[in-house]
Amino acid sequence: MAAVQETIDQVRKIDVDQYKYGFETLIDSITAPKGLDESTVRFISAKKGEPEWLLNWRLEAFTRWKAMTEPTWAKVHYPKIDFQDLYYYSAPKSTEGPKSLAEVDPELLETYKKLGIPLKEQEVLAGVQGSRVAVDAVFDSVSVVTTFKDELKKAGVIFCSISEAVREHPELVKKYLGSVVPQSDNFYASLNSAVFSDGSFVYVPPGVRCPMELSTYFRINAKQTGQFERTLIIADRGAYVSYLEGCTAPMRDEHQLHAAVVELVALDEAEIKYSTVQNWYPGDAQGKGGVYNFVTKRGDCRGHHSKISWTQVETGSAITWKYPSCILRGDYSRGEFYSIAVSNGYQQVDSGTKMIHLGKNSSSRIISKGIAAGYSQNTYRGLVSAHRKATNVRNFTNCDSLLIGDKCGAHTVPYIEAKNSSAHFEHEATTSKISDDMLFYCRQRGLSSEEAVALVVNGFVRDVLQQLPMEFMAESQKLIGISLEGSVG
Amino acid sequence: MLEIKNLHVKLADEDREILKGLSLTVPKGEVHAIMGPNGSGKSTLAYVLAGRDGYEVTDGDILWNGESIIDMEPDERAAKGVFLAFQYPMEIPGVAGLTFLRTALNAVRKKRGEAELTTPAFLKLVKEKGQKLNIDVDMLKRPVNVGFSGGEKKRSEILQMALLEPTLCVLDETDSGLDIDALRVVSEGVNALRDKERAFVVITHYQRLLNYIVPDKVHVLADGRIQKTGGKELALELEKSGYAEYTHKAA
Repeated sequence: MAAVQETIDQVRKIDVDQYKYGFETLIDSITAPKGLDESTVRFISAKKGEPEWLLNWRLEAFTRWKAMTEPTWAKVHYPKIDFQDLYYYSAPKSTEGPKSLAEVDPELLETYKKLGIPLKEQEVLAGVQGSRVAVDAVFDSVSVVTTFKDELKKAGVIFCSISEAVREHPELVKKYLGSVVPQSDNFYASLNSAVFSDGSFVYVPPGVRCPMELSTYFRINAKQTGQFERTLIIADRGAYVSYLEGCTAPMRDEHQLHAAVVELVALDEAEIKYSTVQNWYPGDAQGKGGVYNFVTKRGDCRGHHSKISWTQVETGSAITWKYPSCILRGDYSRGEFYSIAVSNGYQQVDSGTKMIHLGKNSSSRIISKGIAAGYSQNTYRGLVSAHRKATNVRNFTNCDSLLIGDKCGAHTVPYIEAKNSSAHFEHEATTSKISDDMLFYCRQRGLSSEEAVALVVNGFVRDVLQQLPMEFMAESQKLIGISLEGSVG
Repeated sequence: MLEIKNLHVKLADEDREILKGLSLTVPKGEVHAIMGPNGSGKSTLAYVLAGRDGYEVTDGDILWNGESIIDMEPDERAAKGVFLAFQYPMEIPGVAGLTFLRTALNAVRKKRGEAELTTPAFLKLVKEKGQKLNIDVDMLKRPVNVGFSGGEKKRSEILQMALLEPTLCVLDETDSGLDIDALRVVSEGVNALRDKERAFVVITHYQRLLNYIVPDKVHVLADGRIQKTGGKELALELEKSGYAEYTHKAA
């Protein structure tokens, strides 16, 4: 994703101005007081100029949230979060960021160099002051943006921020928001529902094949939307859309807690492909700092013959708590989950999926590759269930874990619930270690130990990498190599 | 020229000495066979030449072209031209042979200060080398050594050797697990690579391989030392009388 100064300048001209009703203009001057109560929720809603129904929706979520306790079943350990000690709506970080690249952590810069990220883009990612272009606006070339806006419009595809969607398409937002992940779903989803800042909204009308991969790269947004992001994607009957989220470059971010919600709705014969590359700050070598990533992602295959496919490459965050799931409601619907989760240092990953078969003849496929190095703990946790009336459903699950070194751990926790006898569920799991013999073989042929690990690991995750869109595949390959640097002595 | 001088090697985590003052000189352009009974230290010698972990050199030195290599990492040695054809080549699931080889070749070229090969140039090179050695390069499209027969694994090793163009080739029991036809293909491959700039150390149990790869010298390794050196006829002698004489001598 090479961006040049010229590109960024042009984008600034084209898009930021059009965003004058948005979040950007408000954020400059206003910070909500620390802590969370009903007035905070009202404050956020008012600042965003939201209609009454959305405020009430948020307040309902907040009421639910107050009655909930944090989940503790995941195999992750961290000090208790004081939710009253956080800002839920804060000033832009440009006032706190480094003044130039010279002040940025040299290790971070080294990583950028390895990923081949241009200088200007590095500034944006590192949060250097004055880089007013939002991170989400990092992209290849400006022509992409203009042609992309025109083309989408022609096709009738709506792709905008969720705040804009609330204003411009309230009927759609009202109909679908919270219909997959209700306000009361879980602790973090409820929190998100109460205080979400912004996120993406996509609607693809019936029969339309979205003419390009949609990506957060392409969307202009304010910087501070990351913490409680809310994404809603709807593919109407027979529609198709592929959505990419994230960035391979590590982002500097002072927020410790991220609690996003993503909802996908696929109607009859529609298909949604959702790919994520997550590389938030994982903490330092001693395990200090790092992002807590508590995300709720769920897709609803609401119509018959609908399909939702999740692909994720997770290399960052100190703690990852994430289970992109599919509710296979429609008959003959299909859910897929392809995952690569890499953990190094003191990272903790508890991730997996749920495939909930409600429709007859629905099918699902889970391919999960966990790679643990350093002192990290890497857990796959997954549920496959078949409803009493969901006859002839099929699932294939394959969970492979790879261990590098002898201080890390890999765990697989599959839950399988078949409530009728016609269900056909398969589960395969392997755990292996990168052997010294394998590394020696590679090194004898001339590879350095880091190149050898990267090669072996990329072989291990190949099935999943192939699911990623082309441009992400090569980057992810590099990223996985970088994430595992220093994992062998 | 390879010079091994009074080499003493023990296992890193065990107090057991395996090579006990081994000395050996192999000039460029020559093929030297190392023969010996089980447990005499043949494979250890191969691994120590390539720089595998788990062994400790307690005394002596290994010089390649006058430069000591015992403190070098395995990949540095590879860049200096050291190649080990493994007795049991490792499987690397999911990594196509071509990817593996291109990565290796470019890593070596980079270390040697040469430009990396482009993909088309690399593919052309593979095809050429394969044709020359009469080895079907189609197997390189499959993951490295995964599901390969014994013969395929060894052919793949020879093809790798041809591509990486090492100057010191160490073949560790390359004949084990091969039928006669595979043995012939592999041997012809090795013979095609014989060159006045290249030294070969061929480690084997049996004289059979040496009918195909005719050595300039044969060394008998027993009890961690070279016990006898002779011409190719020494191999025939050993075939008849076995190693008893040398193991007794050692005991």
